[in-house]
Amino acid sequence: MNTLIAIVIGALAAGGVYCLLRRSLMKLIIGIALLSQSVNLIVFSAGGLKPASPPIIESDQQILQGNYADPLPQALVLTAIVIGFGLIAFSLALIHQTYRATGHDDIQSLKNTDT
Amino acid sequence: MMNNLVILPIFVPFICAVLCLIFRSTNAQRFLSLSGGVGATLAAGLLLQIVHQENHLVLHLGGWSAPFGIVLVADLFSSIMVLISSIMGILVTVYSLRDIDERRKKLYYFPLFNFLIMGVNGAFLTGDIFNLYVWFEVMLIASFVLLALGGERRQLEGAFKYVAINLVSSALFLAGAGLLYAKVGTLNMADIALKLSDQPDSILINSTATLFLIAFGVKAALFPFFFWLPASYHTPPTAVSAIFAGLLTKVGVYALIRSFTLFFNENFAVAQDLLLGLAALTMITGVLGAAAKYDIRKILSFHIVSQIGYMIMGLALHTSLALAATVFYIIHHIIVKTNLFLIGGIVEKLKGTGDLSKLGGLYKALPWLAVLFFIPAFSLGGIPPLSGFWAKFGLIKASLEIETYWIAGIALVVGIMTLFSMTKIWVEAFWKKEPQALLNHKTQKNLKLLYAPAIIMAAMTIYLGLFGQSVFGLAERTAEQLLNPSLYIEAVLEIEL
Repeated sequence: MNTLIAIVIGALAAGGVYCLLRRSLMKLIIGIALLSQSVNLIVFSAGGLKPASPPIIESDQQILQGNYADPLPQALVLTAIVIGFGLIAFSLALIHQTYRATGHDDIQSLKNTDT
Repeated sequence: MMNNLVILPIFVPFICAVLCLIFRSTNAQRFLSLSGGVGATLAAGLLLQIVHQENHLVLHLGGWSAPFGIVLVADLFSSIMVLISSIMGILVTVYSLRDIDERRKKLYYFPLFNFLIMGVNGAFLTGDIFNLYVWFEVMLIASFVLLALGGERRQLEGAFKYVAINLVSSALFLAGAGLLYAKVGTLNMADIALKLSDQPDSILINSTATLFLIAFGVKAALFPFFFWLPASYHTPPTAVSAIFAGLLTKVGVYALIRSFTLFFNENFAVAQDLLLGLAALTMITGVLGAAAKYDIRKILSFHIVSQIGYMIMGLALHTSLALAATVFYIIHHIIVKTNLFLIGGIVEKLKGTGDLSKLGGLYKALPWLAVLFFIPAFSLGGIPPLSGFWAKFGLIKASLEIETYWIAGIALVVGIMTLFSMTKIWVEAFWKKEPQALLNHKTQKNLKLLYAPAIIMAAMTIYLGLFGQSVFGLAERTAEQLLNPSLYIEAVLEIEL
């Protein structure tokens, strides 16, 4: 399971970086989305992957006992997903506006403010 | 009860922003923003006064005790930063009353501005690493919209670059925080510091340190992650540029200083040479970039980069004097840089352009504006007795004390080149004869509201220069706190070390 999730994170990050390096604006946004998903998975797996061990206190206990899945990273990742979703939505609106203003989907055409 | 004061510098701008969303008339928004700015500044001033006596003020949000819930922590460094950012907030609000056009005001300029201040103050005050990420995002999303607001073509271009690089850096920060959590199992910054101090080994500390360095380095515009800044800061209206120039990069610097003094304090030697090298390269590239530009705001944007180098240099030297000088430098820089952008904006408003080749004759026409420009410009260049001199003097003295002569040399050379850029603006815009082409540009009347904040900031610069001792004393105490992270840990976790 750990190996699999590591491969998935790596593949998502690699795909994200590949898309980031393309010339198209749209692909850049897709790259950022992939990269943030891979980071979400890093945070998600930060608490350790423990299947079938919910963090529920037994009825005769006062505190959590034994081997349980850490619920905190899941709460964190939920927050991160929501934030990421908002940012991606904003970026899409921004490239739509940029496309309307410049008529290009090409990053090379966005050089006017550099010099 | 007094602890609740910590949240006020975040809460007041938030309430203000929400009320601005409800009351849509421009007059109501002006009134709300101004009173909110005054409120936040008063709260921040009171906070600094209390922290000055008590050293730390900790608020456990929701009553959850320290390592489990989110805490807000005000130590001297964060209270100073909150106070100065609140003051800049209100001064730039005054400037925006005239500078921002009606269309942008209708497009939620004031709510966004307040959300920006709220995010900045939140990032300064939080004591929880994931919460810091959230405040960064609050600040970023507000800055994204402010940058793109108005939708001019060059604004969209600049905004796009800014958004793309910042999203990547946020992803890296989150990855670093995730790895750190996997390592220490806590998000509370004091608790992280406590647990990391027991584990000096560990590749994870170094990978997190690297990810944090890159993520915060992007936000602070550190070499080699600075290129987005000169590509975007000159595109929005002046008021937006000015508040960005003053505050946003300094949040990155704050996060770097906080994480490297708190988390990686034990392993600082590993990072020291790297940070020193980056600081030197940041100073040099920034000042060379500025020398090549010929537009007021572009020159000033590149100078932000080179000044960030000085602050990181102080962090890298990591002595008491160096950190005190860094804190003083940050205070000085926020005031001076915001002011220079505001004055550059006045020139642009008067003449319709910031291109130095088309400007000229401003000294003859408006000698007072020239004097007003002279003060922050030469403070930035480090001319005594203005504030920049004492900041640079402290840093260079600190580097000589620990015999790191090369960085002192670089800092001095970069200082001279900064002066060269400022002299360039002075000569081209104020001193030389006005080119014929611009004589027919009709001058706008009633710019008093633009001058007022600039005059106040210039007065603050002079005060910092002439009576800098009190502020420098405060900075020295801040440096002591930063160099003794156990004080922070004890205050937050309520334990004895």
